[in-house]
Amino acid sequence: MLKRALAIISLLIIGYWLAQGLAGVPFGQDRMLVGQYYLDHVKEQTGAVNAVTAVVVNYRGFDTLGEVTVLFIASTGVGALLWRKKRERTAKTEGSIVLTTGTRLLAPFIMLFGAYIFIHGHLTPGGGFPGGATIATAFLLLYMAFTVYEIPHKAFEKVEGAVGMSYVLVGLIGLAIGGYFLFDWIWQTWGWGHNNIGRLFSGGFIPVIYTVIGIKVGTELSGIVDNMLKEEVRE
Amino acid sequence: MISVYYFGAIALILIGLYAVLVKKNVLKMLIGLSIMETGVNLLLVSVGYISGRSAPILSEGIGPNGAVDPIPQALVLTAIVIGVATTAMALSVAILIHEKYGTLNVEEIRRLRG
Repeated sequence: MLKRALAIISLLIIGYWLAQGLAGVPFGQDRMLVGQYYLDHVKEQTGAVNAVTAVVVNYRGFDTLGEVTVLFIASTGVGALLWRKKRERTAKTEGSIVLTTGTRLLAPFIMLFGAYIFIHGHLTPGGGFPGGATIATAFLLLYMAFTVYEIPHKAFEKVEGAVGMSYVLVGLIGLAIGGYFLFDWIWQTWGWGHNNIGRLFSGGFIPVIYTVIGIKVGTELSGIVDNMLKEEVRE
Repeated sequence: MISVYYFGAIALILIGLYAVLVKKNVLKMLIGLSIMETGVNLLLVSVGYISGRSAPILSEGIGPNGAVDPIPQALVLTAIVIGVATTAMALSVAILIHEKYGTLNVEEIRRLRG
């Protein structure tokens, strides 16, 4: 009881301190410095309509590369921590007929919608990470509904590595053409899609990179789910 | 007077911190960590809000002067993914702890045996 009381008192002090600090940051007022520059120039500089994805992929592409790396390391780490010689799914309870039939119907639609999200990252809310997470949800649904379902490991791991490589490759092509890593060569050198901003075939390399990221995130999260659902079996 | 969004974000951070400090079950501590992450993300996004403006997608009549700050949203997109990655790692460590010790109580996990 004493411990809890002490914790609550110290947390209230921390909360008061945080609130004092935030009192100097008024809510809902225009404080944009770089943000206004991004909003003013996003259309002619990147061809994207969605300013958030332009910032994520184009202006601050290094952050996204680091983010993809973090997710890749997490996926590898989960695989390494849970590695055993013989791991199988030991679940015995098959889903009910409503669940299995619903999954059969729903899984393709979820995957289609995930692909829609990451292909239209430069036009609509979303992008590679939400799209990839949606695709992983479809695989999670398959895992939950069918006790025998397993993702094809070999193919998944190869796809994951290949799309990660192709992200770096797109950046390296930019280095060769434009002089710096992750340079948007499709938009700034080729000028491809300049006259249809706001349509699908615009946005420079944002759709390309987001397709790559979407596939990568989808396969990685499915791999994490797969690793966590398996248990060790004795011979 | 502090905004309700800031208050909610700080409250979420404190609730998460409370769970990490007081709870003894590893899974409950991880839930606390996730709640804390949510609070931090909510705080970041609410700092970027500008009254009366809409999402930073410049179409359908929303010009550069009608959108909120896109930078905190990009930042939070990164932070969410990193949160998911760390949670996945921590959960697999929790699975290993339960396999090795047969308990998830932090007071009973004394010796770090292989």
